[in-house]
Amino acid sequence: MPQANVTMQVRSAKPQVSIIDIQGEVTGFAENALMDAYTQATAGGANAILLNFNDLEYMNSSGIGLLVTLLIRAQRQGQRLMAYGLSDHYQQIFELTRLNDAITMYNNEDDALNAA
Amino acid sequence: MSNSQEQEKTQGSAGSRDAAYWASSVDRMDVGQLPPDAINLNVHGRQPLSPLQGFGQMWQKTYSIRLSGASASPTDVIRTWKQHFPEFWPEGNRFYGPLTGIAPGEVAVLNVAVPGGLKLSTGVRVIYADDESFTFMTPEGHMFAGWITFSAFEEADETTIQVQALIRANDPLYEASFRLGFGHKAEDTFWHATLENLAARFGVNGVAVTQQNVCVDPRVQWSEAKNIWYNAGIRSTLYMIGAPLRWLMGKGRRKQ
Repeated sequence: MPQANVTMQVRSAKPQVSIIDIQGEVTGFAENALMDAYTQATAGGANAILLNFNDLEYMNSSGIGLLVTLLIRAQRQGQRLMAYGLSDHYQQIFELTRLNDAITMYNNEDDALNAA
Repeated sequence: MSNSQEQEKTQGSAGSRDAAYWASSVDRMDVGQLPPDAINLNVHGRQPLSPLQGFGQMWQKTYSIRLSGASASPTDVIRTWKQHFPEFWPEGNRFYGPLTGIAPGEVAVLNVAVPGGLKLSTGVRVIYADDESFTFMTPEGHMFAGWITFSAFEEADETTIQVQALIRANDPLYEASFRLGFGHKAEDTFWHATLENLAARFGVNGVAVTQQNVCVDPRVQWSEAKNIWYNAGIRSTLYMIGAPLRWLMGKGRRKQ
């Protein structure tokens, strides 16, 4: 199986809010990286997880599927999943796939943190 | 095509490498010209649905077959699959795709065989297509809300072909058919046969399809029970029941 071409860094933004900085490609091969990042992000009891897409380089439909499974996982734990830093192109992908019905998009980190 | 034009096509207007592979966002599906034998119901004007807008439990079902002994690359497989997609479907089921083939934004009408000799008419929209995969999104009324991704990739120096569905049954009636077993069974039988037919095109026969089912979300979404209004099975059945009446009405009009 090809290697995932993605790195995910987790940081704490404020109490109970974690940020996952995504850099590279979100495809089906990024599953382990994304789920590991989520586990790390929620280990301290975060109830809101912000996905930072500023450095997203590529996403295919399998990548969108991963975001859905991540969303369900977060919802089952009573956590909110939010996104920021999406380019116009990736905002359109969220609308095309109707992911925006469940994951609110923000322009920048400050806006997302204020809403979290 | 010049190098700069090729590069622009690859990068897309937004500068993203994947831009050219994605369809544009639409509120409603739009069906183009179809052959006269196609039953064109339950597609035009319907909203596309992700798994988030469905009613039933969310499942990720992955069907795979390995092309053992074949030399076809993943791009060979996907090129063939896109060009000849309807040919690999099991007997009795029809896929009326656009003449331009499987490409982002295209809408196809499906006439699917169901018990009782009836045909369920629904459709899909291609939301993503690259050289190694393509993805359909389903409309309101389809058996399930969600995405089906068809892909091929290399694993241990052989090509594996895969169908992966991330779906919820669209409404309580479809969910009941899944819970009772025959909905899942029909789905599994369909994709097993499709993959076996595709593998046979590359000279691979007798290799078993492997399947992995993951229940992503065991909860139903009662807020989406209203989806039953668009149930393509019910609407297709009513349409067929009404066929004699439409024939009589047409005859009456011709006499006038």
